[in-house]
Amino acid sequence: MRHFLDFEKSVAELEGKIEELRHLSDGEELNIADEVGKLQTQAEKMLRQTYDKLTPWQRVQVARHPNRPHASDYIDALITDFTPLAGDRAYAEDRAIIGGLGRFRGWSVAVIGHEKGNDTDSRIDHNFGMARPEGYRKAQRLMAMADRFGLPVITLVDTPGAYPGAGAEERGQAEAIAESIRSCLGLRVPLVSVVIGEGGSGGAIALAAANTVLMLEHSVYSVISPEGCASILWRDGEKARDAAEALRITSHDLLEFAVIDGIIDEPLGGAHRDSEATAKSVGDAVATALDGLRGLDGDTLRTRRREKFLEMGRNGLA
Amino acid sequence: MSWLTNFVRPKIQALVGKKDVPENLWHRCPACDQMLFHRELSDNLHVCHHCSCHMRISAVTRLDMLFDDGKYERAKLPAVAADPLKFRDTKRYTERLRDAETRASEPEAIVIASGEMGGVPTVVAAFDFSFMGGSMGQAVGEGLVVAARLACDQGAALIAIPASGGARMQEGMLSLIQMPRTVIAVEQVREAGLPYIVILTDPTTGGVSASFAMLGDIQIAEPGAMIGFAGRRVIEDTIREELPDDFQQAERMLDHGLIDMVVPRGELRDTLIRVISLLRQKTPGELVPKIAETGTTLAIEVPPVDALPGDGAPVASSD
Ligand SMILES: [Zn+2]
Repeated sequence: MRHFLDFEKSVAELEGKIEELRHLSDGEELNIADEVGKLQTQAEKMLRQTYDKLTPWQRVQVARHPNRPHASDYIDALITDFTPLAGDRAYAEDRAIIGGLGRFRGWSVAVIGHEKGNDTDSRIDHNFGMARPEGYRKAQRLMAMADRFGLPVITLVDTPGAYPGAGAEERGQAEAIAESIRSCLGLRVPLVSVVIGEGGSGGAIALAAANTVLMLEHSVYSVISPEGCASILWRDGEKARDAAEALRITSHDLLEFAVIDGIIDEPLGGAHRDSEATAKSVGDAVATALDGLRGLDGDTLRTRRREKFLEMGRNGLA
Repeated sequence: MSWLTNFVRPKIQALVGKKDVPENLWHRCPACDQMLFHRELSDNLHVCHHCSCHMRISAVTRLDMLFDDGKYERAKLPAVAADPLKFRDTKRYTERLRDAETRASEPEAIVIASGEMGGVPTVVAAFDFSFMGGSMGQAVGEGLVVAARLACDQGAALIAIPASGGARMQEGMLSLIQMPRTVIAVEQVREAGLPYIVILTDPTTGGVSASFAMLGDIQIAEPGAMIGFAGRRVIEDTIREELPDDFQQAERMLDHGLIDMVVPRGELRDTLIRVISLLRQKTPGELVPKIAETGTTLAIEVPPVDALPGDGAPVASSD
């Protein structure tokens, strides 16, 4: 089912009208075809105006859009011979993080990503992309294997955050995230991360301490959710809009801070309007990043990754 | 505890004298509500006499407690951008920083110091919770990077003592990236073959617990310390259930296999000296002169063989 955000409503109405006209006319009558063309131009213009000046809070809505492509969509579109692998070998299989081996444009790779699901059942199955310690431990296991076999690792980041559950705490959520970050940083193979939707705090960076960190244009990446920040600092959960502005969570802000390495443009109206085109852009950007890393030896890859993070925030911000 | 009576007490008395705390000052224990006489409380390392509540203490109090003769050198923290996001909630971040500086005893939430423990070179990174809840922003992250480099340069053990609610929200993603940055820092210590020990104190949560603070070779916690990733209220809201009182407490963490030991404050120094010595002074030859040099008594107690549980006791052989 198509879902429209509040600020997309007027475009949606216009598009509804276009659909209706098309049905009426079968595209035969010239004057109606003319009218449809005009309305289409108008709808596109409206969409462009809206998306050109999305506020940070609106971007949060786009990043969380239920029709936005998720990790499994990118895997379907970009990875051949995908072979999902499961389990942390200690306690459970956590489907909030999916991963496995496959081929990306001919090359063997390991792919790991948060998966949110796309309907009620699959959302529950994937726990809305909120991983428990087992998810992070599975990620560590896959990274270690990729390291042993010399396979590049691609991670797709899309999570509201690590799951705040009692069991997750008692099975070492903090340790699992810390070790996952350490796994990323220890890899002697290329690691490329793409924030495809929501980069929610520690649960996101657990998979994103990468050589190259890319963000889809309308995705967000933040130390805390705007709602959480608002309720703590403003003591008012309704101030999420203000928090979203203050936290500087958009791709453009983070490129400016050099926290990320690049932005992947989205189709007009956001990734949810054309997942095929979005997947292609993501594929091209990941391929370019991997091409730049492929010739480097393991020590260089690891040293450069570390140096990049150690330099972050040090220059040009005062 | 001999070191407590012989060494720490005069040291802390000297400190109390310096700060001119009135003799008749009383504190109320936050756990049991008993009134405690200031002098007695500080003599007892800010642990309640009645209920053993380990109260939060400043970074400097920690350093005084832990280093040989309370002697250490503080490292200078590198300057960082004060307010990279120009962040403002109901108040400007710069104002909050100024307020924190006035109220807290430190210019940031971390203090780095180097000295000796049991005669062995040691670097300590201690958090000061009174500075914005010990939150980790660029200054704190940079502090840990400096601490790790000092440890590597001096061939010293690194001890991290977090007391933090997590990341400093006002620095946005520049605070989140301190997670990988601090992980890199402590990894450098590990790669140099030097011990990295963490003392989890109340509270250690969020981005701090989910980075350097869970990666020690040895994980020690103070009794009753709250340790976890998510906050208690967030978890209760998520699972729609009330959590037991001891949820996320050090003792429960120990039961769940997440830390090595819970050590009362008064025994921390002895424990650290013993552990660091075990990891570094590996031959009898290395050990003896160190004891002679510093006069510190190392607790080397070898239990008699028959006292070891399940080992050495006569067992009937059977197939
Ligand atoms: Zn008490």
